[in-house]
Amino acid sequence: MNGTLRLPVEPWARRLVLTEIIVPVVLLVLGIYAGLLQVLFRAGVIQAAEFAGWEYYQALTLHGVVNAVVFTTFFAVAFGNALVPYALGMKLPLRWAWVSGVTMLAGTLMAAWAILAGKASVLYTFYPPLMAHPLFYIGAALLIVGSWIAFFNWIPLYLRWRREHPGEKTPLAVVGMFATFIVWLIATLAVAIEVVVLLIPWSLGWTQEVNVPLARMLFWFFGHPLVYFWLLPAYTMYYTMLPRLAGGKLYSDKVGRLAFMLLILFSIPVGAHHQYTEPVVSSGSKLLHAFLTFAVALPSLMTAFTLAASLEYGARQRGARGLFDWMFKQPFFSTDAWLFSYMIAGLVIFIMGGISGIVNASYSMNLVVHNTSWIPGHFHLTVAGPVLLAFLGMSLHLVSTYAGKELRLKRLAVAVPYLWLVGVFVFSWGMMRGGLHGEPRRSNLGMSYLNPDSPFYHPEWKLYVTVAMIGGIVMTLAMIAYFVVFFATALSRRQREAAAEFPLSEAYHDEPAGALMNLRPWLIAAVVLIAIAYTPMVRDVVRGTFNNAPGYEPHNPAPVNQSEQLEESPSP
Amino acid sequence: MDRIEKLVMASGIALLLVFFGAIVVAATSYGVDVPTCVTDRKPFTEGQAPFKTSDQPLRYEVHTVARMWMFDPPEITVPPGAEVDLYLSSADVVHGYYVEGTNINLMAVPGAVTYRRVKFDREGTYRILCHEYCGTAHHLMAGTIVVSSSPVEEQ
Repeated sequence: MNGTLRLPVEPWARRLVLTEIIVPVVLLVLGIYAGLLQVLFRAGVIQAAEFAGWEYYQALTLHGVVNAVVFTTFFAVAFGNALVPYALGMKLPLRWAWVSGVTMLAGTLMAAWAILAGKASVLYTFYPPLMAHPLFYIGAALLIVGSWIAFFNWIPLYLRWRREHPGEKTPLAVVGMFATFIVWLIATLAVAIEVVVLLIPWSLGWTQEVNVPLARMLFWFFGHPLVYFWLLPAYTMYYTMLPRLAGGKLYSDKVGRLAFMLLILFSIPVGAHHQYTEPVVSSGSKLLHAFLTFAVALPSLMTAFTLAASLEYGARQRGARGLFDWMFKQPFFSTDAWLFSYMIAGLVIFIMGGISGIVNASYSMNLVVHNTSWIPGHFHLTVAGPVLLAFLGMSLHLVSTYAGKELRLKRLAVAVPYLWLVGVFVFSWGMMRGGLHGEPRRSNLGMSYLNPDSPFYHPEWKLYVTVAMIGGIVMTLAMIAYFVVFFATALSRRQREAAAEFPLSEAYHDEPAGALMNLRPWLIAAVVLIAIAYTPMVRDVVRGTFNNAPGYEPHNPAPVNQSEQLEESPSP
Repeated sequence: MDRIEKLVMASGIALLLVFFGAIVVAATSYGVDVPTCVTDRKPFTEGQAPFKTSDQPLRYEVHTVARMWMFDPPEITVPPGAEVDLYLSSADVVHGYYVEGTNINLMAVPGAVTYRRVKFDREGTYRILCHEYCGTAHHLMAGTIVVSSSPVEEQ
């Protein structure tokens, strides 16, 4: 982009950001392959427990952990390490940034080993009392702690900036990244307690049993804010870069700040909407969390308007007339503003993702879709829609600017998001329609319901799983194109000095921020709301849980502690 | 914020309130509700086929245990119009209990009891699927509900 501020980057900051981008993209190759296997198993093309050494549930675990947790967490940290210092005009403190990166890498390698060795086929929700290898849990904990360190490393920068710039508004990009990591920090506290206090000692055999309803409550305290941790870096790009890429300005700076603050406020006290069909959580808590989930939809509705208004403003500057002309006067296929294609395709996908999400949140309506293939159909329109595409686009941008290289194969790069859009719409149509007809999620259908030799054979689902498979194949092709562009760029010759460079937008309405100047009141309100939403649930867990459960390995219906005793007892 | 933005926010809030109102009406006036916290029943490890607990006709109680990788009892039979108090428990890991073609969609969680009152109006054979991953043979865990007017044996 012409006229974008370029800031030089120290060599070790450059190496850190590039490592934190390239490592998860390499892992993503495995994650995408595992995703392709899913649709082939489910469509009955592979009618077996495993394919080429990959067991179905092992591949599903890898797909979820790598794509949804490892790739996203690494990306958010790398993006923040680049964007926060850039927007503040400061240098990234390197020591703790590297401690964070190495910690995350060590954790990822541990968990990846456990999954690839077949010792952690517990899916990415790892619901106890299914038990994985201790290194799976320890690795997850290290990944989380490493990401906290990255955030803590930015806080002194921000505080120094506030001292040096009294009365100025914090740059919106920094507000977005801080919102991301505030939500992440609060939410991961719960899952860290689940993993460190409940699951690690239990998987090491130091404790025998685990309180399953408590573990589930802690997991979902984390599990839904997790999706806002995915979404918030994408929102940061939408608010701070998309208007500029489209040749315009952000319609309202204040709405951007308000959306981020509302997401801090409402992202967390919504976990029970994943637990509508469960015992232990009372229906009153479920209804309260349903209400708060609708509240967290509000900032997304506001965002939809503000972004559309920003795009319209840009198009009118370029001569768009009438009511709808502006929709078509956008740089959809521009190879100069190629990042635009990733963001706009993601936004189009998110329209369907948001609508289906409201269905899921709607309390008793959730009974129609819970744990059916509708759910992965829905979340591939969110995390594998706006989130994935924004992350893919920005990973290309970071690798080209931080390595001082020109993006290679730009036309192919622009085609990726649209090919993905077609693929994911076809895939999700198949999954969601199948789900409405009772097709379960996370199930090796090729071994049962989609196998003509099985007594469970259920030909009604054939159409839906086949459509989902076709979509999945198109998605895989889009990702192959992305990997080609990514590695062709990363391996090309350096052409200029490495620099941090982001196309940050100006605001059209740039009003004083007022009550949105400070994070503190919003943080306090968020903590109060969490206490209101979760205190009755803690009480329910105490009242409604009668006994704890021993651990089980996925392949063995006998508890782990009993099987060990049997093995240890001397033979007669 | 300008006038249009305020209008957008207000209409967004109004839309979400209408949605929320609809689910509250569905739960209170039409009884379309979700399971709640059960404190008066202990988890059980043996299933029980439909049995009567009162003189009310067509009112039954069923105890289902989900375990790796079957439902106990695997098949239950009730007459059309039966109102069944369904109690669900898990003997090992977390399982799902989803009756195809109905809104019966429950989780079996170790250490707790799931309860719903469900009604079967139409005759037919309904498939029960485990729809939560419960280990290597999860995709083979299923059961059957038969709704039939031929006489039901009392147990």
